Amino acid sequence: MRDTLRSYTIETRLAVVLAVLCVVLSISAPQFATLPNATSLLNNSAVNLIWAVGLLVVLVAGGIDISFAVASSVVQYVAAKMLIGIGGGNWLLGFLFCGSLGILLGLLNAWLIHGFRIISIVVTIATFNAFFGLLMFFSGGRNIYNLPDWWTARIFIFEHENAQGIWSELTLSVAVMVGCVVATWVLIRRTNIGRQLYAFGDNPEGARRAGVNIAVMQGVAFGWMGLMAGIAGLMQVNIVKEVVPNALYGRELDVLAAVVLGGARLGGGKGTILGCILGVMFVAITQNGLNLLGVSPFAFQMIIGAAILVAISTSNIDLSQFFRSKEARS
Amino acid sequence: MTTAPAERFALRLHKVSKAFGGVQALNEVDFEVRAGEVHCLAGENGCGKSTLIKTVTGVHQPESAELIELFGEKIERINPVQAREKGVSVIWQDLALFPHMSVAENIAFDDLVGLRPRSVRYREMITRAGEVLDRLGVRIALSAPLNDLPIAQRQVVAIARALMNDAKLIFMDEPTASLTQSETDRLLDIVRKLSADGVAIVFVSHRLAEVLEIAERVTVVRDGNLVGVYPTDGMTQARLGELMTGHHIENDVAARDLPDAPVVFETRGLSRHGEFEDVSLTIKAGEVLGLTGLIGAGRTELAHVMMGMRKADAGTMLLNGADYHPGSIRHAIRKGLAYVSEDRLALGLLQKQSIEDNTVISVLGKLTAATGLISDTRKAELVRHWIRELGVKIGQPSDAISTLSGGNQQKVVLAKWLATKPRLLILDSPTVGVDVGARAGIFRIVRELAEEGLAILLISDEVTEVMHNSDRILHMADGRIVQNYDPRTISVPQLEERIYA
Ligand SMILES: Nc1ncnc2c1ncn2[C@@H]1O[C@H](COP(=O)(O)OP(=O)(O)OP(=O)(O)O)[C@@H](O)[C@H]1O
Ligand SMILES: [Mg+2]
Repeated sequence: MRDTLRSYTIETRLAVVLAVLCVVLSISAPQFATLPNATSLLNNSAVNLIWAVGLLVVLVAGGIDISFAVASSVVQYVAAKMLIGIGGGNWLLGFLFCGSLGILLGLLNAWLIHGFRIISIVVTIATFNAFFGLLMFFSGGRNIYNLPDWWTARIFIFEHENAQGIWSELTLSVAVMVGCVVATWVLIRRTNIGRQLYAFGDNPEGARRAGVNIAVMQGVAFGWMGLMAGIAGLMQVNIVKEVVPNALYGRELDVLAAVVLGGARLGGGKGTILGCILGVMFVAITQNGLNLLGVSPFAFQMIIGAAILVAISTSNIDLSQFFRSKEARS
Repeated sequence: MTTAPAERFALRLHKVSKAFGGVQALNEVDFEVRAGEVHCLAGENGCGKSTLIKTVTGVHQPESAELIELFGEKIERINPVQAREKGVSVIWQDLALFPHMSVAENIAFDDLVGLRPRSVRYREMITRAGEVLDRLGVRIALSAPLNDLPIAQRQVVAIARALMNDAKLIFMDEPTASLTQSETDRLLDIVRKLSADGVAIVFVSHRLAEVLEIAERVTVVRDGNLVGVYPTDGMTQARLGELMTGHHIENDVAARDLPDAPVVFETRGLSRHGEFEDVSLTIKAGEVLGLTGLIGAGRTELAHVMMGMRKADAGTMLLNGADYHPGSIRHAIRKGLAYVSEDRLALGLLQKQSIEDNTVISVLGKLTAATGLISDTRKAELVRHWIRELGVKIGQPSDAISTLSGGNQQKVVLAKWLATKPRLLILDSPTVGVDVGARAGIFRIVRELAEEGLAILLISDEVTEVMHNSDRILHMADGRIVQNYDPRTISVPQLEERIYA
């Protein structure tokens, strides 16, 4: 029991904070603890969480990605043009198109990082700018409205009407999000490929000596991030019903903040799906709560910033652990 | 009865060369290991031992090689996975473990390597890892992150990992560097048992006594060149040291009396519950005080209290006659204490930074020129001084620390602390992983520092080291100081007997 508590320190702590936050908000904001609010929270977090699990894989493998949100925009735009071009398509084609386009963009990052030995933050800042510049150039910043019907159709996986006649619904994006989370969990927790990703992020030289194929690991990490970015792009269109080229610009930092809050270690080797979910929910609930309480949205940015500082400074206890672990020895 | 083939080789190398930039790490080296043999690979720091291991296991590709043969099969090009499949495993000098992974996963990690996707069976992993640890006769929590373990246990994990997949040839690159005496004995027992079962072992260690005890033959390498292959029968430590370094090494008791020297540091009845009790000692200016004893005797804990890393429960400390209550390690350093800790590789170095920056990092303040900026000439001068003094084998001072051989990295850590010119220097096992020649170099410097009036506390398991380099020896057992010896009136065997009794 103590062992599990210890290996989940950040996750447990975050869960406790989250629980306290929920209790406080349900007391101070009556609309908070209602089914409609809960479902809309989930709907609004779906895309973020899809990105977040993708980013988790990259962080675990010791990299970082700044370009994924813009990559989603590129995927949306190119997919919209192509799907309209072939006369509409359907969900299956949508997933195939967006998924493979996303993977391609991810592999481009991986290739630049591995092939030219450039660190991932530099590469993805560069591709972030390149993707965005190209997208704005070719789209002229214009939105696409006339999307295929299947893409913009509202699909509910859960509906409920309460006594006041207010509907609570969960959209398709929530189901897709659950699928992405489960798939990522299987990848990083249950397969040898995922464990090699952790090893590579934890000690690259040790992994190399054990025979881990570094090039493939970079490809898997960024390819998976790309796949998630592609799917997130697809689902975000389903939610907003149009393609707005600059709509996702800037979202990457919120997601990065959430994943880091969830205990993923910048530098690799550490991070869990549970932490990732809690991190995203913490950010979403904080924002939602402040909204309900009518607090300025700038307060939200400040709170997230402070939370990251607290989380990182209280979790970075490697040094004290070092001294503690030596107590048993002379 | 059938006779075994005259000689079966686990490994044969002919004229293998490997260079890194300008450094010729291996120069046409021949190396042969018979099946079932315990073979030692000996040489100074940076002579190419680890490079040889990496070349055989496909971590590095050789520049040129006339022959590489594993278990009678000629190898053209090999990668780490193929090497492991052929039955080669390695205990790496730097362990090459994964700090955030569990102990079990670290031990069983090699099973997970490869691109064929398969599912991870944690339960099976834990059982198998547990079995190997049982074979080693140690108990370590299998689900704990490796990070949480002290260095000696991490070493055990690395050993367990190498034993996991019944290898036929095991390279052990300084496996005992951070082990205690009893753990070392157990490892040597296992090595003998493996060898009896036909497993060939290549053993690398700077503890020459251990080498002579365990190995049948020893191959000596100097500066990347083969010196020769010798049977250990009839070989002495002194002779082996000479072969490694190319010159004779003097080792003598050098204790002095310092009747008039002022006391620099004193403890009175210092205690910390469960660690050490009622420790009273004095260290004079210019004195080298040896502190020895078995593992768990409380020596490192005492050093930690002196450095302000933890607090004593009772007793007092005096520095230059004044009360001394260090609140933190920074405080202790400001007061003129320096501490070379036992696992300095983990804590002491910034692996990606250059050798020169690592050397001067602790004295940056003293290197500032009139402009307030770091003076490059003074920095270069200081770095050159210490590299020469300690005989650090490097390419360029601007190379990354990670390009240095293990022993040479340790010398840089020592240089870093020595450069602070402290008043009391605590050396905790300062020569782990350091070759015989460099040990002599390090202790010559320690001597010189003592002559200049520095007080030195030398903590070490190695009785010979304490004997030859201390002015006075304290024997600590179960948290208490039990005896005070004069190295001139006791012999190494006598002292060993009292400690291990
Ligand atoms: N990756 C590298 N890049 C550059 N130089 C290297 C690299 N690896 C090793 N060297 C150099 O090759 C030489 C041999 O190093 P090696 O690690 O084999 O020494 P060693 O015999 O194992 O020494 P030690 O006893 O200190 O472990 C050293 O001069 C070292 O600096
Ligand atoms: Mg070495």
